[in-house]
Amino acid sequence: MKGYDMLELAVRNLRQSKLRNGLTTVGISVGVASLVAMLSLGVGLQQLATRRLAGSGMFDTVFVTSKQDFRGMDRGSDEKDEHPEKAPFLDEAARNKMAHLQYVTEVEPEIRVMGEILYGGQTHFGFVTGLPMSARENEAFDNLQGKFFSRSDADEVILLNDFAKELEPKDPKSLIGKEVTLRYGEHQPLAADAENSGRMGDAADQGSASSNGDDYGFSVVRKTQQLKVVGIVDEEPYGGMRTVSRGRIFLPVDLTEKLNMAQFGDMRSPLRGSGKTFMTLTVRVKDPAKVAQVQDAIKQMGFRTFSVLDATKGLRRFFTVLDLFLGIFGSLALAVATLAIINTLVMAVLERRREIGVMKAIGASDSDVKRLFFAEAGAMGFFGGVLGIALGFAIGKAINLGTGIYLHNHQLPAEPVWILPPWLIGAAIAFSILVSLLAGLYPASRAARLDPVQTLKYE
Amino acid sequence: MIRAVDGVSLTIDRGEFVALLGQSGSGKSTLLNLLAGLDRPTSGSVVVQGRDLAKMSSEELAGYRRNDVGMVFQAFHLIPSMTITDNVELPMRFAEVDRAERAQRVRQALERVGLGHRLEHRPAELSGGEQQRVSIARALVNRPSLLLADEPTGNLDSHTGEDILNLVRDLSLSLGMTVVMVTHERALAERYAQRLVFLADGKVTSVTRANPRQELAENFESTTRTNPEAGVAGTEEARA
Repeated sequence: MKGYDMLELAVRNLRQSKLRNGLTTVGISVGVASLVAMLSLGVGLQQLATRRLAGSGMFDTVFVTSKQDFRGMDRGSDEKDEHPEKAPFLDEAARNKMAHLQYVTEVEPEIRVMGEILYGGQTHFGFVTGLPMSARENEAFDNLQGKFFSRSDADEVILLNDFAKELEPKDPKSLIGKEVTLRYGEHQPLAADAENSGRMGDAADQGSASSNGDDYGFSVVRKTQQLKVVGIVDEEPYGGMRTVSRGRIFLPVDLTEKLNMAQFGDMRSPLRGSGKTFMTLTVRVKDPAKVAQVQDAIKQMGFRTFSVLDATKGLRRFFTVLDLFLGIFGSLALAVATLAIINTLVMAVLERRREIGVMKAIGASDSDVKRLFFAEAGAMGFFGGVLGIALGFAIGKAINLGTGIYLHNHQLPAEPVWILPPWLIGAAIAFSILVSLLAGLYPASRAARLDPVQTLKYE
Repeated sequence: MIRAVDGVSLTIDRGEFVALLGQSGSGKSTLLNLLAGLDRPTSGSVVVQGRDLAKMSSEELAGYRRNDVGMVFQAFHLIPSMTITDNVELPMRFAEVDRAERAQRVRQALERVGLGHRLEHRPAELSGGEQQRVSIARALVNRPSLLLADEPTGNLDSHTGEDILNLVRDLSLSLGMTVVMVTHERALAERYAQRLVFLADGKVTSVTRANPRQELAENFESTTRTNPEAGVAGTEEARA
């Protein structure tokens, strides 16, 4: 018999005992729903955790330092730096090389300098931090008032809320759109170098400019820069990693480099005559899964790296165990539903003994009969699966609503903890059909074995 | 061991109308089931159109029942949940006949048995005679060469029974179909069958030529004689 005919007959047969088959199908759907609700809770929690961690900006990031700096920092680690004095400097060339590694989206120096904002005739001290454009994705900007930087070298500034209150205690928001003046220290090469290079060069020229003779050194010159306040944030982006001091004044990172602000780390350059080097570089990777690869590549270049990759490994293992646990728990109801399918089909075989005999007498083969019962089991599995998805979806929505209300009562933003990914819909229906087919094995072979002569003998 | 059919040797010509007669338990139904490929002989052979049913696999037997045999039962054995149309269509589903052709063949078969209406009714809504007509249509729809009828008139009143047997004989003649009918009504058998085979305790006791109504037999003489070779031949022993 052809597949389509088989299905048509199977569905027709199922409709003959609507109540019984309906109840069995509902049983399957409850099983599927519990499985789906459990697994999608696992998926939702995992995504929630991943989103939170990705938002913190730590899981797609590799922090790079030179082994020349921070010597002895690797105590306790497996790799010993045999000759730190021979290790490469973290300079502009190294930065370019890293920027061209596969999967790397950004390589930014950490810029953190002291500065003052002149506003309303007062000066306000604060740390100035350079932010890359990708910082927009950081969770700190979820509650940004105003706007993010328009360009990576725009003359714009975002202020920390506390700092904005210092400037404008009554209405910090009114600062947005206003001009303020930043006073900072500019890193200038020595006059001799400046003459050589003809002009006070930009960051890239620094290395070559100071490579002649013993006259290493630089001047720090007070400068001002007009900036437009574009936004106010509550927290410092990537603030979790900061130990020294909180940044309160945020500038686009390219602007900070263009202004050539003098940093603490610049002190080292005249000492060792190395030209401009970075204390740390922050390498941002396209996908957290590629962090390890990028980290290895940078290690190959001879630098020390740090990422929170190991923490994610543990997290992933935790969620695998959680998913397994939820899956087993959710499968219990489906296992019970399997028994219901077996029961229903065995009943159907007993009831339809005569009908099976007639079908065989008019030409149905044993395998036709077997496949017909399989098709009935599969159809129940399919309908149960579809219904179960709908039911599981409703349960999940209820969970989300419940947690949403709970979070709201605790003054927290509502977030979905339950997510039904499309693959789970397909997998659940396929699994439901598979389980139903397995349950149909025994009844179907029993039906196929029926002797037509016996079933047709008595009236 | 009880031998339901023992030492029977019987040859049936193509197009012939044979009646199997005997008391209940005489083995006539078992002989019919052997011919239908529903039962297998423990020894001996059942040769239909040159093929030995005893040597076929169960899958091959299903194919034989599907394509070469039509069966009609005393209790009609229509599937109660299906409409008349669906019942008649069912054997063609197993034979994997195209959908479009099926509808046409269902209509043809039902017209042949004189049922052109109430096609969407369930069997229970029809009279006994009508139900038996439906079951004959179902038996015909895959165009078998052999029609096997197990007490086809057993559940019908005598008038309706005669109508049914007239129909069976007409079909046999017009389609050149071999008919083997089990019955215990000797009078009916004598009127419709060309040959009567009497069984008792699993053995053939006698075979007599009957005189079916001459005028009809003459009309279709040419049809019945076109295939003088043996249509059905058999030697069976079977357990019950």
